[in-house]
Amino acid sequence: MSTAKQPVLELRNLSVSLPPGGDRPFAVEQVNLRVAAKEILCIVGESGSGKSMVAHAIMGLLPEPHVKVAAGEALLNGENLFTMSRTRQRQVRGVGMGMIFQEPMTALNPLMRVGEQIEEALRLHSDLDGRGRRARVLELLADVGLPNPEDLRRSYPFRLSGGQRQRVMIAIALALEPDLLIADEPTTALDVTTQKQILDLIRKVQAEKGMGVIFITHDFGVVAEIADSVAVMQHGRCVEYARAEQVLNRPEHTYTRELIAAVPHYIEHREDFVREGTALLKADSVRKVFQVGGGFLRRGRELIAADNVSLTIHPGETVGVVGESGSGKSTLGRCIVGLHKADGGRIVFQGTDLVGLSRKAFRPFRKDVQMVFQDPYASLNPRYRVADIISQGPIAFGTPRKKAHERARELLELVGLDASVARRFPHEFSGGQRQRISIARALALDPKLLIADEPVSALDVSVQTQVLDLLDDIRYQLGLAMLFITHDLRVAAQVCDTIAVMQTGRIVELGTCRDVFSNPTHSYTRTLLDAIPGQQWEIPADLRHLRGERARRPREVSR
Amino acid sequence: MNRDFWNAFASNRGALVGLAILVVVVLMAIFADVLYPRSPWSMVTAPFQPPLSDDVLLGSDTLGRDIAAGVVHGSRVSLLIGLISSLVALFIGVTLGALAGYFGGWVDDAIMRFTELFQTIPNFVLAVVLVAIFTPSIYSLVAAIAIVSWPPLARLARGEFLSLRSREFVLAAVTTGQSTPRIILREILPNSLSPIIVAASLTVATAILLESALSFLGLGDPNMMSWGYQIGAARTVLRQAWWMSFFPGIAILITVLAINLVGEGLNDALNPKLARKGRGR
Amino acid sequence: MAKIGLFLARRLVKAAIILFFIVLINFALIRAAPGDPAAVMAGEAGASDPQYVELLRQRFGLDEPLHTQMWIYVSSVFQGDLGFSYRQGRFVSDLILERLPATLLLTVTAFIFALAMGVLLGTLAAMKVGRWADTAITTLALVSYATPLFWLGLMLILLFSVHLGWLPSFGFESVGAGHTGLARVADVAAHMVLPVLTLGLFYMAVYTRLTRSSILEVHEMDFVKTARAKGVTEGNVMMFHVLRNAILPVITFAGFQAGHLIGGSILVETVFAWPGIGRLAFNALLQRDYQVLLGVFVVTSILVLLFNIITDLLYTVIDPRIEVE
Repeated sequence: MSTAKQPVLELRNLSVSLPPGGDRPFAVEQVNLRVAAKEILCIVGESGSGKSMVAHAIMGLLPEPHVKVAAGEALLNGENLFTMSRTRQRQVRGVGMGMIFQEPMTALNPLMRVGEQIEEALRLHSDLDGRGRRARVLELLADVGLPNPEDLRRSYPFRLSGGQRQRVMIAIALALEPDLLIADEPTTALDVTTQKQILDLIRKVQAEKGMGVIFITHDFGVVAEIADSVAVMQHGRCVEYARAEQVLNRPEHTYTRELIAAVPHYIEHREDFVREGTALLKADSVRKVFQVGGGFLRRGRELIAADNVSLTIHPGETVGVVGESGSGKSTLGRCIVGLHKADGGRIVFQGTDLVGLSRKAFRPFRKDVQMVFQDPYASLNPRYRVADIISQGPIAFGTPRKKAHERARELLELVGLDASVARRFPHEFSGGQRQRISIARALALDPKLLIADEPVSALDVSVQTQVLDLLDDIRYQLGLAMLFITHDLRVAAQVCDTIAVMQTGRIVELGTCRDVFSNPTHSYTRTLLDAIPGQQWEIPADLRHLRGERARRPREVSR
Repeated sequence: MNRDFWNAFASNRGALVGLAILVVVVLMAIFADVLYPRSPWSMVTAPFQPPLSDDVLLGSDTLGRDIAAGVVHGSRVSLLIGLISSLVALFIGVTLGALAGYFGGWVDDAIMRFTELFQTIPNFVLAVVLVAIFTPSIYSLVAAIAIVSWPPLARLARGEFLSLRSREFVLAAVTTGQSTPRIILREILPNSLSPIIVAASLTVATAILLESALSFLGLGDPNMMSWGYQIGAARTVLRQAWWMSFFPGIAILITVLAINLVGEGLNDALNPKLARKGRGR
Repeated sequence: MAKIGLFLARRLVKAAIILFFIVLINFALIRAAPGDPAAVMAGEAGASDPQYVELLRQRFGLDEPLHTQMWIYVSSVFQGDLGFSYRQGRFVSDLILERLPATLLLTVTAFIFALAMGVLLGTLAAMKVGRWADTAITTLALVSYATPLFWLGLMLILLFSVHLGWLPSFGFESVGAGHTGLARVADVAAHMVLPVLTLGLFYMAVYTRLTRSSILEVHEMDFVKTARAKGVTEGNVMMFHVLRNAILPVITFAGFQAGHLIGGSILVETVFAWPGIGRLAFNALLQRDYQVLLGVFVVTSILVLLFNIITDLLYTVIDPRIEVE
């Protein structure tokens, strides 16, 4: 703790109440934190931990009157934010503290030029004249590393990429050189390479201006990258609060230990996969082009989503496809499973080329190639019971209803759920449980190949490991081949035998997991690896052990 | 599920009032012959009797017909035409919208241009022209009202289908080998129904307004007493006999208001997220 | 500027295509009507005059094959020939053009009134959400939304003309009063009050509801939070961030609604004896003068197309994202 310095912000016994009738009365309960100048405090927690509520309470942005500060003080340079007048509060926002949000795509006013949006804060809270403000805007845009500030100033947000917009947000927050910067998951919506740039930027401006920073995140990698001190939150309470070095390397609270153990990382114990026999699937120069825009009379722009993509999957092999958004990794998966029609190349599955097959001719292969989707809240039809969802495939292929339902119950046990849940509806389950149901549905047709499209990226880290373990277990038990699509190299490292790195529609590197990680050949792979947050941090050995145990733990099979 | 639905609906007091009024109007339509066994066209008393006169509660019209009898019998036409034309519009709109949204591409383009065409045409003018040319009857009225009412429903259904088509549970249905009709009817349609039901309930209200306007212009079914006709017939004697146009108009107003209130209640119950936005944060 | 020119050109081409199809529908209506198309075109008037019917038959080539007929009809309409009203003894286009200004005056005024009031009331309601002002405005909108136009007109006449005697109840101006200059403007304005109110109230209700819900929706968006985090005052948040974004769907919808507004003028002009094309259509209806009726149909459609182009233009001015598409 930086107790020696006068804190920029001090939270005393902060409690935030939720509307009555919810699952708990308080979103945040009795939280005590302090941030000094030049200090970065990371608040870590999973969804529902109340970490964002803390930030919103400080900024006075809680959705009142339903959610409001119930007790406690927030002292900014000694002045209580919760008791000051509204006018003073407005002054303090902007001048005393600035905030950046998670979603850069929606955080800027779409109808206002970028320059105006930065200038607005200056106009309200500074004495600068028009010319002075313009100069300051240009300076800020340059400070946050944006090219051509003069052009950018006059641009509308829709012309900017996510990373650029987040830089603009930072420029807005910095406009008046506040003492405190609050960053609410500012890199979660960004690609890993962009994330690295934004983290570097925040660290740089923080050091230059000597600001205190509250950085909210769910990712311990990010914590390791930037934190001076760490507060871990669970169910609205702060369960551990200490210097970063201590929390990262000698975590005390069970929950913190669990979270750290769940951080995905490369596991050394995995043996290299030995390819035997003929390939189950062979993709050869697959190409997919989308028409973007266009209409009745106009031709749209062409977008090449996948170009000359080739890879093979052998029985029992897990191939990871890793890339950033727009790399074409999902397109590839969807071409294989028949959701998109490839425009060129061959996708040979057990000797048959699937490309160009009619809907009818493709149908028999649907049984063999199944898919697990990303969003567990969108991938189950809310109107059907779990048993019906799981057995929809077998019934469509002629299995009697009763038999299919019996099998559904077996599968539920296989994925670690109780057979009795078969009669329930999806909304009664958590995200992780839904993802298990989704996996059971994919397994119901006894597929040979499973396409898993970002199956854990919508889940909290602790749930993420459980689902990853499940997928790993299942493919060992059933001898499944898997195409595992992910944006997260760390996740890929944990489950994949082979890794294909994709960039703008092409595979730039293809090799065993070990080679790609220890000996990357393509510069883009190196960029990706470099961008993984918190690389210099080693997960404490005792926790790594815990993780390894879990991965190897045998599971009972019910078939 | 059902209890939740009812609780959400009942928590909107306006919706309950609307439902109560609607029940009364429906009962009125069903028991019109019991309440006023004589034809609403028959002369029962002297012309120009003000309200609360003997025998005629709401007064009589220029030919001595009972206004109250006309209002009660008129509810039949309004409800019948409102309901049937909305169902037809719903069928056309949802079918076209579903095809456009599901198949996309040129199918979508063609259907949406077609919809745009019908949205450009001033709908009331088209309805007038249609009924006038095909001679006024209950069939031409239903057809005309349906033809001008479907485009908003088609746009709505298209939007729903378009967004649901790429939802993961629909993709999962494709990968597990479900047939296209099954995907459209069993996977997408049930999930797109909530906003469509709400919109359809508002279509009924608009259809009743359209019917009354057409009847007002003298384009109603000549064999059926309707509220619009009553007002149209009384228009020229407005200065002498306000009640002749006042009461049928109130009947239209209250019925349409009730349907709109029920529609809002349905919206609260079926789209809880949207409803919260609408009523206080 | 060049961009707007290109945009306009593209929109005009699109409008011409839509107009072509509208004229086709018109043609189809004549053909689909029960009975001899020539008799339909002649309407009641022609029933007693076989010579006129024969004239129509020749003019539109009704003995020729269907596609030739179609071509004759479509090209004549595009040349501005909307037919001849036997009843009135005049060309339909002349009849309509003569009455167009009155209708435009009425509908444009009503549209502006409805939009301005709707946005104003909707904003007010959204700012006071859940309070009595909101309840009052929402209720007013709900009732206005359920009131039949023509009946509202009659009731307004009853109240303001018959009982209170404040406003004239029919016509465009006081006949024979011989007003000129400003006095005439004031006279016409007085005559306009009730028709505009009648036509505008329903649409005001629509825009009020739409504005209110749109504002509430935008209010929850992230960029509003950003503005607050900058320390922008609530008033400015509303003006510069919320309202500007919330108004976009209102404009889109208003564009679509233009057609309904022009359709509503048939009713309003009938009730208030306003000498516009709506009144013309009503009289044509009474006389089964289909040539006039169909002419009104085509012209009102053209008005809607123009209206849509104007709202589209307005939209491009407000929303910078449009030009890329």
